[in-house]
Amino acid sequence: MNAHPTAPDAPVLEISGLTIQFGGLRAVSGFAERLEGNELVGLIGPNGAGKTTVFNLVSGFYQPSGGTIRINGVDTKGLKPHKVTALGVARTFQNIRLWNEMTVLDNIRVARHGRLGYGFLHAVARSRTYRAREAEIEREAMELLAVFQLDRHAHDLPKNLSYGTQRKLEIARALAGKPKLLLLDEPAAGLNSADIQELIRLVRWIHASFDVTIWMIEHHMDVMMELCQRIKVIDFGETIADGTPDEIRNHPAVISAYLGDDQI
Amino acid sequence: MLASLLQNLINALQWGSFYALIALGYTMVYGVLTLINFAHGDVFMVGAYIAFFVASFLLAAVGLPGWAALVLAIPLTMLLTSLVGVSLERIAYRPLRRKGVDRLYVVITALMCGLILEHANLATFGASRKAFPTLLDEQVYTVAGVSVTNLKLAVIATALLVFLVLQRIVTKTRIGMAMRAIACDRFAVPLMGISVDTVIVATFALGSGLAGLAGLLFAMSYPILEPYMGALIGWKAFIAAVVGGIGDIRGAFLGGFLLGAVEIMVVAFFPSTFRDLIAFSVLMLILVWKPTGLFGVARTTKI
Repeated sequence: MNAHPTAPDAPVLEISGLTIQFGGLRAVSGFAERLEGNELVGLIGPNGAGKTTVFNLVSGFYQPSGGTIRINGVDTKGLKPHKVTALGVARTFQNIRLWNEMTVLDNIRVARHGRLGYGFLHAVARSRTYRAREAEIEREAMELLAVFQLDRHAHDLPKNLSYGTQRKLEIARALAGKPKLLLLDEPAAGLNSADIQELIRLVRWIHASFDVTIWMIEHHMDVMMELCQRIKVIDFGETIADGTPDEIRNHPAVISAYLGDDQI
Repeated sequence: MLASLLQNLINALQWGSFYALIALGYTMVYGVLTLINFAHGDVFMVGAYIAFFVASFLLAAVGLPGWAALVLAIPLTMLLTSLVGVSLERIAYRPLRRKGVDRLYVVITALMCGLILEHANLATFGASRKAFPTLLDEQVYTVAGVSVTNLKLAVIATALLVFLVLQRIVTKTRIGMAMRAIACDRFAVPLMGISVDTVIVATFALGSGLAGLAGLLFAMSYPILEPYMGALIGWKAFIAAVVGGIGDIRGAFLGGFLLGAVEIMVVAFFPSTFRDLIAFSVLMLILVWKPTGLFGVARTTKI
């Protein structure tokens, strides 16, 4: 069913010595991470620590100055973002990036299409197999919307949905391509406390019901403490701590990175 | 009076069909890249020349009858013209996009590409005009004082058919949905496993292919070709696309037919020297009233 090329027994994500330099600035330096199947791991750090840069490197938007990224055992060096996606990576953004002029259903369908190529000639010829596959895609998209309880919005435009619902849709769209690795970049940003509670339930439910490894960035510590099995902390591009939520909570380097050395 | 009105209406539909077919190329490229491809009018001119060479070759060298040459010339012209459009994208626009330069430079490059196409044509084939061969025996039908030729009907029917097919492609097919997704937010597109470059190439291929089709039909209707034939009609089609609401396929058609109608009606009631003056005054008033065009939506930027 799943067409992602995989090396057997390779970790879902393996990063070593990852470094990127923008001009004179080392945004990320010697970063390493290893995610196994179905892990739920967090990445935290103060503003400007390089968290989103790591995600941009993993999803192929930036090419690293040094180090390697392997997804399911495949080195992503030189791959463009759409090729990296084809290896089984999906992500969401800090600021929601849905296609607002297309219906909720079409947002999901485009994500499914990306897996299947364009079939331009088939589409113009409107062959039987093409129509059958389109019908199949539409059915799958509706099913996905249904499990996310978004099916009643299928024909609405995303911009008319509440912020919390847009977040949910963006996560659903990311899952539409059946990824092995889901990167969530600050999924709780801009949500109110009720929405945040729902987001925690949602991520936990996705982790339990989809066969996917989740790696998330988040500033809401309660969200991270509650969800993640393991958390890594970076500051100025360097890893300063790595451990269980309890270990991180009391780690002196983390406390000083967040609060400064001179505590009031 | 009614007969002359109907007559003008048919003329307007035929004249507007050319604008509409060309405006599509502007509007689709704008939708995907927010780039005004000012070379597009000259791609139309190249399309007409390609049609000329293809048709002449099929008639003279292969010795096909006119109808058979036409049937073959349509897909060949569209294919070859789309290659021209795709080449422009690959050679001129894509390297600039890769370097991330401001869109202004790409627009300037497009203007230059148009001039290069014109003058490459002038240098290669000379300034003398080319007479397009007859592919279709013209027949005139007269109903209740309104006369219409088979060619005019074919032009109008082609434009309407293109509209229906394109509307289907954009709303129903994968490539069409990917085009709309890029128009909304290009950033998220590769993360769905879709290659942005592939979609851009498809957009240029489609738009240029339609310009080629317009070139063929135009050359059949007004069988004199010269290197600058695409410049003015290209600008006008661009304006038609803007008035319709650039980025919107329905807008390109509506704008094209509207411009055709205004031009024909002006000539019907005023001296023909007034044509462009009045036509563009009307279009300007439409833009003053609705600056985003008839189907356009103002793009808001979230801060």
